[in-house]
Amino acid sequence: MLLGLTLLLGFQLLGEVIARLFGLPLPGPVIGLALLFATLIAVGRVPTGLRTAAEGLLRYLALLLIPAGVGILLHLPRLQTDAVAIAAALVVSTGVALAVTAALFQWRWLRRGRAGRAEDDGD
Amino acid sequence: MTEDFQDIWAFLAESPLLGLTVTLVAFLIGQALWRRLGNAPLAHPVLIATALLIPFLLLTGTDYDTYFEGAQFIHFLLGPATVALAVPLFDQLPRIRELLLPITVSVVAGSLAAALSAVWVGAALGASRETLLSLAPKSVTSPIAMGIAERLGGLPSLTAGLVLITGALGCLMAPLVFRLLRIHDEAARGLALGLSAHGFGTVQAFSSSAAAGAFAGLGLGLAGLVTAFLLPVALPWLASVGG
Repeated sequence: MLLGLTLLLGFQLLGEVIARLFGLPLPGPVIGLALLFATLIAVGRVPTGLRTAAEGLLRYLALLLIPAGVGILLHLPRLQTDAVAIAAALVVSTGVALAVTAALFQWRWLRRGRAGRAEDDGD
Repeated sequence: MTEDFQDIWAFLAESPLLGLTVTLVAFLIGQALWRRLGNAPLAHPVLIATALLIPFLLLTGTDYDTYFEGAQFIHFLLGPATVALAVPLFDQLPRIRELLLPITVSVVAGSLAAALSAVWVGAALGASRETLLSLAPKSVTSPIAMGIAERLGGLPSLTAGLVLITGALGCLMAPLVFRLLRIHDEAARGLALGLSAHGFGTVQAFSSSAAAGAFAGLGLGLAGLVTAFLLPVALPWLASVGG
């Protein structure tokens, strides 16, 4: 567990250093995520301690979001000014993202192996 | 009982203990309510906790910086939690290898569509530049989205709020979109839910089927990575839209 947490922090640290060293426009933790993913592929398995730490943290991911979410109170005036634009942008882009992803994936996948799928599940 | 309540409050208001404790209490209340309401996306624990904490801070006259003194201990764990997303993503490796091309095409197209359409609609309706940059990563899971917003010059805490709203919205809109487009494949539904509504969508996908849930986790992880890597490249284009 402690080893796992140290690994996670170590990869984050590495990500932050790389982001600053090369002036990359990427968040340090995302570089850490990519590096850890690549390392796991190379190693071929997840060490037990790492899995315990990772799953423990991700189980409470929702809790970790609250302090930042509350920060929206700093932006209440901006939310009022841009209310219509923000609401429209959220609704349109969420619908577009759902449609593009699901339609492309279903089409691509079914084209490869369309063995006896129902035409419509009618829900 | 000699100490005045005001003195006690003055102590608490200055101490990180209060911010930390109220965050945990609000989350526990949120979780309990969410379970009672059958895991409805609009009753997500984070939304309830945020809706409880904002009036609490406003009513007690606590400013956000003071609250954050305590809450930062929770907030700090977002960094290692982002790195930890590599583990569930690695668990999906056999699936990624098997369906590399369809997954790559859909995730890249879906992630770009989510970000660009949000910025385009926002710009067309006159949102400010900072709002647009905060909107761009809003489909992605919060820890990654906030990092992207910060790097782009948006407002991470505004992004955090928009991400939560997007999550609830995605869960509400998904059944309608799937019906309209006749998306009957569980894997396609899961991938789209995870990509467009991050953790919220993943929970909803798991309640539909394990296969949908697995693909949702995959969509969440890959969309985070793809958006983080592609959005800065698309930024000059976004900037020209945002003016």
